[in-house]
Amino acid sequence: MDPQTQHRQTATRRAVLGLAAGLPLIGGLAACGSSGPGASSSSGGGGGSGTGASFWSLSGQPQEDIRKQSVEQYNAANPNEKVTLTLFQNDAYKQKVKTALGAGQAPTILWGWGGGGLKSWVDAGQVDDLTDFFSQNAALKDRIFPSSFGAATVDGKVYALPCETVTPIVLYWNKKVFDKVGAQPPQSWGDILDLVPKFNAAGIAPFSLGGQSRWTNMMWLEFLFDRIGGPEVFQAVFDGEKDAWSNPAAIQALTEMQKLIKANGFVKGFASITADSNADQALLYTGKAAMMVHGAWTYGGMKNDGGDFVSSGGLGYMNFPGVDGGKGDPSDSVGNPAQYLSISSKASADEKKAAMDFLAKSQFTDEMLKAWIGSGNIPVVQGSDSLIGGDDADWLKFQYDIASNAKTFAQSWDQALPPTQAEVLLDNIAKLFQLSISPEQFASNLNAVIGT
Amino acid sequence: MTAGPGTVPVPPSVAAPRGGGRHGSLWWLVVPALVFFVTFGVVPLLGVLGLSFANWNGIGAITPGGLGAWRQVLGDPGLLHSLWVTFEIMAISWAVQTPASILLGTFLAGPQRYRGFLAVLYVLPLLLSSAALAVTWKALLDPNFGLGAGLKIPLLSQNWLGEGGLAVGVVIFIVSWQFVPFHALIYQGGVRQIPRSLYEAAEIDGAGRIRQFFSLTLPQLKYTIITSSTLMVVGSLTFFDLIFVLTAGGPGDATRVLAVEMYQTGFLGNQMGPASAIAVIIVLSGLVIAQLLRRLGGRDASASQLEGM
Repeated sequence: MDPQTQHRQTATRRAVLGLAAGLPLIGGLAACGSSGPGASSSSGGGGGSGTGASFWSLSGQPQEDIRKQSVEQYNAANPNEKVTLTLFQNDAYKQKVKTALGAGQAPTILWGWGGGGLKSWVDAGQVDDLTDFFSQNAALKDRIFPSSFGAATVDGKVYALPCETVTPIVLYWNKKVFDKVGAQPPQSWGDILDLVPKFNAAGIAPFSLGGQSRWTNMMWLEFLFDRIGGPEVFQAVFDGEKDAWSNPAAIQALTEMQKLIKANGFVKGFASITADSNADQALLYTGKAAMMVHGAWTYGGMKNDGGDFVSSGGLGYMNFPGVDGGKGDPSDSVGNPAQYLSISSKASADEKKAAMDFLAKSQFTDEMLKAWIGSGNIPVVQGSDSLIGGDDADWLKFQYDIASNAKTFAQSWDQALPPTQAEVLLDNIAKLFQLSISPEQFASNLNAVIGT
Repeated sequence: MTAGPGTVPVPPSVAAPRGGGRHGSLWWLVVPALVFFVTFGVVPLLGVLGLSFANWNGIGAITPGGLGAWRQVLGDPGLLHSLWVTFEIMAISWAVQTPASILLGTFLAGPQRYRGFLAVLYVLPLLLSSAALAVTWKALLDPNFGLGAGLKIPLLSQNWLGEGGLAVGVVIFIVSWQFVPFHALIYQGGVRQIPRSLYEAAEIDGAGRIRQFFSLTLPQLKYTIITSSTLMVVGSLTFFDLIFVLTAGGPGDATRVLAVEMYQTGFLGNQMGPASAIAVIIVLSGLVIAQLLRRLGGRDASASQLEGM
């Protein structure tokens, strides 16, 4: 599974944390300040003297072991500048980093998702510009997929090292169900709309969707915006252009989206289904739904939980098809272009030096690349397809081709936008899918928060 | 009188400081609770009030923001909607819980053994954390893999959490299911406080059980009702855990109560200023409502209901 998965599958745990994080707000935000020292005490070598650097990252298998491995290998080779790794559960990490940064207790090396979250760190002056680092390590930079740098760049400067894995969002389909109904996988948006009545007539939901999670709905819009209007449409939003959501291509995408919903393209009651329970995947592999648009990270879940569904070749996958007459390139993809490592600007010069050295040497060794591929993921490194093998070779190859062929590999919108806008976006997406607002209302609600 | 050494009557002029001293010693008893309350109640509250006039994204510097946060919050139609949802859930869940708890409490107040046994069963939902309840109910209500699908009862396979009205109904149902036992316990205590002799007198006057309930039990429970209602109403203002896990305020914003709105604004939207303003609004509403309920109980809260007994 992908780190993003943990992020997403733990909505429930996040909610539990919400108890801890949300309720005291009533009592007082002042408490936030007092949790700073706690953060520092758990950061281990964070404030420690001498050389070395502290590194915070996410727990959860299989990534946890690979991250540990990167640190252990580095420390073995560099006994004088040891990196101390502290792992946090995904949602705890988000709060912890926020609190630690606010209290000036951040670790030297910060793991992150890039995009809007990284921008909020940059705006607060918390992380260092790594442009010089990349000019000194040009060979390293050239190995990494160029598309993964977008989410690491703020105002033309690179603030993070793209690392770990690239996870596209893809269209999955259940081959057995398609055989039963006698349907062909869709080659275009028009095909998708034509398949809907066919599956509905057979009593099978055309698409599975965990609509309660909201970002699941968002993946559809990401593709439709790209396929209809090209990547510029969302880029304009990202750049804060006035009324960017009112672009005719955006309105057309939103209208097409509601057309599919009105035609019962999604499983009945989709707004009650959450992605963190994996009920949406279950609908696909139990044959109750024919297709699903979801992140590459769900492959592992379906392989584990779906019986012989994946191993018997029941699972088909493809990139999201194009829209007839659309401007976008059907090879474009969206998802998580990479994970990101940044360096705290509050760290001492020695710590920063150790951290840069770690960034330069630890992430893309052969052992690391093999470990990531072994976990069913594609590292953000060009040519890593040469290491692909084993049961899932076809799947890995498919992912690698998407990642390496995509002219634009867009970051998920909710990660790309600053948190404030992302919340409004998710909110309005939920309403759009409930058909309680029109595309025009959607656009005007979101235009109102552009640039905030 | 104070037990001074010797038996000489103490002149009033000397007694006064002594009396003061005694008051002083009583005052000190309050200190631990006061310190606790001020440290964890008042100070953070003032902090929140201060933050509501500031700009803060949670990680950067805190800068003064004037009335910006308040203007943003009060000008946001989302706030009115959250207020409406909060009061809607508050009112309906009060209207559902109160009669149910009174009846259940009265029933449990009986001396019969089996009622004691049932009382133990009824409190079970109270033992579970709201988050666990929410996760469980969410699984049960899943339209494709939940209770309805499992038992093959199509009626139960509704889009429970996916339609605004239904989702509000589900929230109220689960809240009631969880808290009715608690309030029933309060009423059980209240009913047991009512002197037997009142019922005996009522029986002699020829009142049946239903008449006894309405003319005797209910009026005698007046203050219990106010206590329990205050708990329900103020509790539903800060209701967060169950709703957040169950629906996260959705679908859309159908179940977005003030507490969820505050969390999303502050911790997901990184706008601590407006979130603090919402927190202040929650605190103020709670104070006003609690005060109103006290008034409702009459100013003479110390008056006895047992006059002539």
